[in-house]
Amino acid sequence: MATPVLRWCCPGRRWVFAGIGGVSRHGRGVPTGSTSSGKRGQSSVAQQPLITAQKPRKGEREWAAVVGLEIHAQIASNSKLFSGSQVDFAAPPNSLVSFFDASLPGTLPVLNRRCVEAAVMTGLALDCHINRRSLFDRKHYFYADLPAGYQITQQRLPIAVNGSLVYSVCVGKRRSQMVTKTAGVKQIQLEQDSGKSLHDSLRSQTLIDLNRAGVGLLEVVLEPDMSCGEEAAAAIRELQLILQALGTSQANMAEGQLRVDANISVHNPGEPLGVRTEVKNLNSARFLAKAIDYEIQRQINELENGGKILNETRSFDYKLGCTVPMRDKEGKQDYRFMPEPNLPPLLLYDSESLPTGTDPQQVINIDQLREQLPELPRVTREKLVQQYGMLPEHSFALLNEVGLLEFFQNVIKETRAEPKKVTSWVLNTFLGFLKQQNLAVSESPVTPSALAELLDLLDRKAISSSAAKQVFQELWRSKGKTPAQIVAEKKLELMQDAEALEQLCRSTLEAHPQVVTDVKKGNPRAINKLIGLVRRATLGRADPTVIKEVLERQLSL
Amino acid sequence: MWTRRVWLGLRASAGGRRGFPSKADPQGSRRVTAELIEHLERLALVDFGSQEAVARLEKAIAFADRLRAVDTDGVEPMESVLEDRCLYLRSDNVVEGNCAEELLQNSHHVVEEYFVAPPGNISWPKLDEKEPFSHC
Repeated sequence: MATPVLRWCCPGRRWVFAGIGGVSRHGRGVPTGSTSSGKRGQSSVAQQPLITAQKPRKGEREWAAVVGLEIHAQIASNSKLFSGSQVDFAAPPNSLVSFFDASLPGTLPVLNRRCVEAAVMTGLALDCHINRRSLFDRKHYFYADLPAGYQITQQRLPIAVNGSLVYSVCVGKRRSQMVTKTAGVKQIQLEQDSGKSLHDSLRSQTLIDLNRAGVGLLEVVLEPDMSCGEEAAAAIRELQLILQALGTSQANMAEGQLRVDANISVHNPGEPLGVRTEVKNLNSARFLAKAIDYEIQRQINELENGGKILNETRSFDYKLGCTVPMRDKEGKQDYRFMPEPNLPPLLLYDSESLPTGTDPQQVINIDQLREQLPELPRVTREKLVQQYGMLPEHSFALLNEVGLLEFFQNVIKETRAEPKKVTSWVLNTFLGFLKQQNLAVSESPVTPSALAELLDLLDRKAISSSAAKQVFQELWRSKGKTPAQIVAEKKLELMQDAEALEQLCRSTLEAHPQVVTDVKKGNPRAINKLIGLVRRATLGRADPTVIKEVLERQLSL
Repeated sequence: MWTRRVWLGLRASAGGRRGFPSKADPQGSRRVTAELIEHLERLALVDFGSQEAVARLEKAIAFADRLRAVDTDGVEPMESVLEDRCLYLRSDNVVEGNCAEELLQNSHHVVEEYFVAPPGNISWPKLDEKEPFSHC
């Protein structure tokens, strides 16, 4: 039991203690960590750490990681949360800024109805309790892109609380099984976004663009129910799909419409939770899981080496692939929360409590919004599985690519082929070609009608499946041609003359007596040779399965 | 105007209704420590330059402490004087913006159409941070 092996409880993951000797490593530049290669870092006997609060036990030691997430999603609305200036990603600097956004004296916040509806819809989709009364507060801190010196948020009483986010992760050796997990939603609150800072280190200045200042954000706080980067990434992905299905946010991480901060700590199972660190700047879907796993491993290594975890804020450095401490303001931030004096409480109603004789524009009915909720991804997937008998993994794959589901449904509409065939062609062949050339579904040279026609030909046994693949390739390359045209051009139609095929098979058998003997001897691969010969003789216009059938019959096997 | 009347009223009732607990000694239990001053200066970017200023702060705290003389047990706190008002909901239309030129005139120093600020966060001279906090 020379090397203490750390087992970290995450489905399918085994992590090896990567520390060397008793020197604990801090901060940046720790090369070990994010990859799961077990071979690296298998040092000899770990030395006793220099400073120990508690001597680490030799042998198996399990660690459990706890990950909570704070997600900021930009609300998809025309105008900002408290002002009437436009929300747009790319516009000339400071052109979408109103006097209120610039925090000029004498301006007041006026709440945008659409943002409230977006918050309620999101809360309903996540099974939250919607607070009929919620309040706005000011959170004070100084930063150049926050002109007012405070952010209007909902700290005391947010608009929605106590919900849950159901998501799935792939488990199993071949990662083919999907397991459902749940993360609690602590709360959803409305708050303002800040402006953008561009750092000009050359001239030692920061350039400020307030276009984003005041844009409505939904902050979704997930309870620390996740245990590794993969789970966190899966939860985020599902939240993205939900927000996109609701239309409340486009949730595009690349455009900064979805930003994630993670709260991470580790502990030994059964013992109290460890000190947590906050990791900010997790704004890439690709690196989210890696960054979280890196931090978990860093904390494990630190504790195993006898060090301590500081309750600090860290940032993920994409280039170095590690988390680095952000130079923290001294001690904890004191935001001096106070009620926003310019906004009365936000009151929401349901059908029962709706006051009569009021302007409908001025009241929000939760029940009405609930009725109007679009179909959630989870429901769409269930329907696909029920209706078309596909595996859950397939339903996930169909929803995971923009426009793919619609493409699939259009093909289904126009073809007589079995849904399973369609699923297979769309997810394997079609998606494969798209990925190879890095295209979006909308950029596909093959239309749903074309694929439907192709699948019909296949279904009617007018062409073989290998011929179908050829046709598909040709469809991809040359726009405008229909599958029927390509089949005719390349003479890919299956032989319909059964008698002619029988004749060809017989003559092939006669011409190759040696192979026939091999087959009769029991060589399983010999028959394939015969099939190949017949195929060549038919110029590829016979289905190999049919050929095999005929040959076997003729050889009376 | 009415806030002043209320305050005077409170003061009177507080004094008359029940015995004041021994008048809080501003230099005693409400001592404002140097640590607290530093913390406040950093938070509010205010300069408590002199001992006089600190003394004034202590007096202000003692003055506000009189609120504690009022018994508020079982009384729901009023968080906003607007609590009976209706929160107006605006339609989601674009009606403002497009005044970059006007806004930029407020700033001494602009670069193209950007406002200019010192690098990173506003650093506090007393702290021994080498670099300001770099925000994304």
